[in-house]
Amino acid sequence: MSQARSNLEVLPKSLQFIIAMGFLALALFPLTDQAFYSQMIARMMILAIFAMSLDLLQGVTGLVSLGHAAYFGFAGYVLAFITPDSGPISLWWSMPVAVFASALLALVIGFFVVRTHGIYFIMVTMAFSQMIFYLFFDNKILGGSDGIYINFKPDAHFFDLENKTVFYYFVFVCMLSSYFLLRRILWSPFGRTLSGIRINEHRMGAVGYNTFAYKLSAFTLAGACAGLAGFLWGAQSGYVNPELMGFHMSAHVIMMLILGGMGNFAGAILGAFSFELLLHFLKDLPTVGRFEMGKHWQLWMGLVIVLIVVFAPRGLLGWMQKKEKNP
Amino acid sequence: MDLANFLIQLLNSAQYGLLLFMLAAGLTLIFGIMGVVNLAHGSFYMLGAYLAYWLMGLSGSLTVAIIGGTLLMVLFGLLLEKYLFRYFYERDHLDQVLLTFGLIYIFEELRSILWGDDVHGVAVPALWEWSIQLTDNLSYPGYRLFMSGVCIVFALALYFLISKTKIGMKIRAGAFNRDMAESLGINIGRIHALVFAIGIALASIAGMVAAPVSSVYPNMGSQVLIMCFVVVVIGGIGSVRGALIAAMLVGLVDTFGKVLLPQVSGMLVYVLMALVLLWKPEGLLKQ
Repeated sequence: MSQARSNLEVLPKSLQFIIAMGFLALALFPLTDQAFYSQMIARMMILAIFAMSLDLLQGVTGLVSLGHAAYFGFAGYVLAFITPDSGPISLWWSMPVAVFASALLALVIGFFVVRTHGIYFIMVTMAFSQMIFYLFFDNKILGGSDGIYINFKPDAHFFDLENKTVFYYFVFVCMLSSYFLLRRILWSPFGRTLSGIRINEHRMGAVGYNTFAYKLSAFTLAGACAGLAGFLWGAQSGYVNPELMGFHMSAHVIMMLILGGMGNFAGAILGAFSFELLLHFLKDLPTVGRFEMGKHWQLWMGLVIVLIVVFAPRGLLGWMQKKEKNP
Repeated sequence: MDLANFLIQLLNSAQYGLLLFMLAAGLTLIFGIMGVVNLAHGSFYMLGAYLAYWLMGLSGSLTVAIIGGTLLMVLFGLLLEKYLFRYFYERDHLDQVLLTFGLIYIFEELRSILWGDDVHGVAVPALWEWSIQLTDNLSYPGYRLFMSGVCIVFALALYFLISKTKIGMKIRAGAFNRDMAESLGINIGRIHALVFAIGIALASIAGMVAAPVSSVYPNMGSQVLIMCFVVVVIGGIGSVRGALIAAMLVGLVDTFGKVLLPQVSGMLVYVLMALVLLWKPEGLLKQ
């Protein structure tokens, strides 16, 4: 489906340089001592992990999931449930548990959805994530529509996550490791097979690959990675609610990929940052006359989305590369 | 559960199922014939309901509101098709998903700007303000019968249009093989516009007749959209008959689930979908 425009698997030297500079800038940012912006950037980096996880499915394997937020929110909820009321829980076992829980959920749902194709896949992933959404939304025991507070950040023993700068670097390391791990996977035989499935699933099947197993593995891995992001989100904000698993969250992460460009993970990071910046910008729009432009941010966001789909479906990275080819 | 109660639940599930069918029929036709994933279909339902609320306030008559509202929505649909959707029939599904998601945001905000964010009730027309007394304390409202009646009329009209008329034959030809139909002189662009308008009309009429029962509120479209997706997946994409069977099934499972297993009722419909997918990955009646 999306083979035509997910490319840039091999990042040109110039883009690699820009990405390296970007990482360096992120590493140095806390030195400016801007606590508010540090927190905002940490949030963007968490969303970048989330967007990269979807990229594995959408950009690499060619599976458009409209329900990816379920695995993101689920890990946050797991953290909320296993954090006791009396004090923090150890990071070193709560993180694996939350990630594993999301992976398990993705494995179970993936078992049903991966056997479908095209439009069906889109609709079924969306329907199942809505199922999870309503399960949490309707049940008071699971927090209901209000969500749950997480009163203590996980305890890391060797460093203090309550410290904003430490938390920033922890998220930064998580994002970097996810990026390099996923890049490594992209070029592994496993990743090559996933790309093959995107380009022509029937042919991969005919050559002898069990495409169902490969797609299910990709779905589970993407779920686990989304879970890591959700865990960090829950730890940072100290609060989880059903919106984290909602349809809008799932659509937003797709938007991030479209903005940045798919199939190479760097675009996902770029997209997550630009999407969040755009969101902040639109929500802070001034009031003109009696019309509160910021309150109606969804109108502008809707228009931006429509314009991007109509005019720039290859994302920022694709656009940058095109500029470079024909200046 | 005694007989009277059982009967009421049965009528409720049929009414819910028929309403879902009105929505899902348009969705499945647009999928099947133009190959477009339309996430904004729920917004048409929402816009229909708000139009009914607005026009009823102006005219005082639900009939006038339904006729006027449908005309407005059809016109709106034709414009949308001509200037936007037409260019997305050949694009991949991801683009369609994003386009229609953007439209949901736009429609919701326009609704918020035009009619505000409050919940509004819509009066039941006096003609249908009666109920059937089944036992001493159980009764069934006449308006719900009217709703089911409207849905049945439209379902029959749709069946007649698609399987008995010349236009229906062209629609089926276009769905079966677009290029062949075109080379035989069928103006496929016009057929697409027609199908799109039918889909919008059905969705908005569903919203209008449901408005007195459900009242009108923000985001009323998204919940119904997901249910429609489930119906379309169970029925098989492009199959109107499949959508009818699936809608009635979903109506039954949802209504009786709420009575018999209230703790998990929200999930039952999805369990049904999962079971159908295991059994038939392409829906009950694949076209």
